[in-house]
Amino acid sequence: MSNKKILVEPIIKNNPITIQVLGICSALAVTSQLKPSIVMGISVTVIIMFSNIIVSMIRQWIPKNIRIIVEMTVIATMVILVDQFLRAFMFDVSKQLSVFVGLIITNCIVLGRLEGFALHNKVMPSLFDGLGNGFGYALILIIIGGMRELFGSGKLLGIQIIPQWLYNVGYVDNGLLMLAPGAFFLLGLLVWLQRSITKQYEED
Amino acid sequence: MFKLLQKLKPHFEKDGKFHLFFPVFEMAETILFVLPSRTKKGAHIRDALDMKRFMFLVVIAATPAFLFGIFNVGYQYFLAAGINATFLDIVLKGLFIVLPIYITALVVGGLWEVLFAVVRKHEVNEGFLVSSFLIPMIVPPTIPLWQVAIATSFGIVIGKEVFGGVGMNIFNPALVSRAFLFFAYPKSISGDSVWTLFPEKVIDTYTTATPLAIISETHHGTVIDTLVTKGYTFWEMFIGIIPGSIGETSTLAIFLGAIMLLITGIASWRIMLSVFAGGIAISFLFNVLSPDASHIFAIPFHYHLVMGGFAFGAVFMATDPVSASATNTGKYIYGFLIGVIALLIRCLNPAYPEGMMLAILFMNLFAPLIDYFVLSSHKKRRLKRAAK
Repeated sequence: MSNKKILVEPIIKNNPITIQVLGICSALAVTSQLKPSIVMGISVTVIIMFSNIIVSMIRQWIPKNIRIIVEMTVIATMVILVDQFLRAFMFDVSKQLSVFVGLIITNCIVLGRLEGFALHNKVMPSLFDGLGNGFGYALILIIIGGMRELFGSGKLLGIQIIPQWLYNVGYVDNGLLMLAPGAFFLLGLLVWLQRSITKQYEED
Repeated sequence: MFKLLQKLKPHFEKDGKFHLFFPVFEMAETILFVLPSRTKKGAHIRDALDMKRFMFLVVIAATPAFLFGIFNVGYQYFLAAGINATFLDIVLKGLFIVLPIYITALVVGGLWEVLFAVVRKHEVNEGFLVSSFLIPMIVPPTIPLWQVAIATSFGIVIGKEVFGGVGMNIFNPALVSRAFLFFAYPKSISGDSVWTLFPEKVIDTYTTATPLAIISETHHGTVIDTLVTKGYTFWEMFIGIIPGSIGETSTLAIFLGAIMLLITGIASWRIMLSVFAGGIAISFLFNVLSPDASHIFAIPFHYHLVMGGFAFGAVFMATDPVSASATNTGKYIYGFLIGVIALLIRCLNPAYPEGMMLAILFMNLFAPLIDYFVLSSHKKRRLKRAAK
């Protein structure tokens, strides 16, 4: 596989959320607004990428029996770095994301990429794989976060998008989208849309 | 008319110009005429009751409640305005409010159904006629039409089409629509001010709490007295001249529909009976537990049955054959638990004055599980007998 294919494939065709259905919990929890969704997407991308690089570099020396522990240590280190960074430079967003930054350590996508890819591949492909999967995750988060904020509170990135006159004639923000089930519905519709376009179904 | 259809038919069949719209044509044809179609193999006995008739009978059974709803909306309007209106005025006003809601639900539901029929290349199913007829009955008269449109779309698409269309849905589509409204636009469907359409002048001075809202509040004296002083006697609530969702206020009209559904065998008497049994049983339990006569627990069971959407849900929503349990024992369990859960939510959760909608949706979810356990216990019993 070429590096380009490794990078592009997970963004849409093998998207970690809509196709592999991983990382759903954070996708539902942090997407009530666009800004935390973007920050979360970037954080996860950075974490996957660097964990992939590190694990790929030391893959020859990791004893097979304790590889999960080593991987977790790497991920945890990255998560702590990102968490500290957010606290230092984006305190309000960090507060909004609260526990979910720390919970990236349990995000199946990260461990899945380390186990499934970085452990058997060289550094450069691993870098692109991490980047691609991170982008795929971020893309879905941004779509859902954008739609939830737009239709749930009429704003994008905190700026009023839906004009006031629309409210005056009776438009009301959709409260369901502010609740986690609303994100679930959106995610389901997104999966539906994607599969009906690509005609890719899982057969069992 | 028949000849005209026959002349048009080739255009819609394969290779015709409008083949894409064959489902639409087919719908028009089978609604107007019974087709000369035969079964291809196997048993050649066919019930005259196809899905079209089935759905149509449900609509007819719901009509008394629907008509009463139209009258009641007008009546409540003029009552709030303090105007003495003639019967005709009342009905016209009611029609003026209810018909747009109905038409919106019908058009939006129909559009989705036709869209999916065309894309999936199957016949247009008439299930949407029932859903579109029931949706206006379970929303308050003040509901904005665009919200009806969105809720209907949600109910038809998420409640039905994602599962594969009519007959595959695990939830009742009309109730899914209402639940969507309830969570997405709570201001339009809960509180004291949405149940009556107000003339603009009196809007600030006149509020109409539904009986359920009244009993949820704290008050002095017995619950019944409180209800009566607010103007809700048992018989008024039974006949239905009270504010509420459009079609669910009149227990009397709903009973008429129930009788019809039971005589024609459309709805399961087991479910209806057990919903009421469940409601009555739990209200007796509440009566026993009630600390004093002013508590919400103290309401006698026959009041529970005429308040809110209990009767409507029991007759028209819980009995939906697709989303209910299929086994006979399962129907008893399913219905009984609906009655119990509805009153549990009504009496124990102050945030939700009415629990019928959530109770039915909740039990819809469990209906397949109930069936599974009924069947496996049945198998076990028969195996035991066979082993002897």
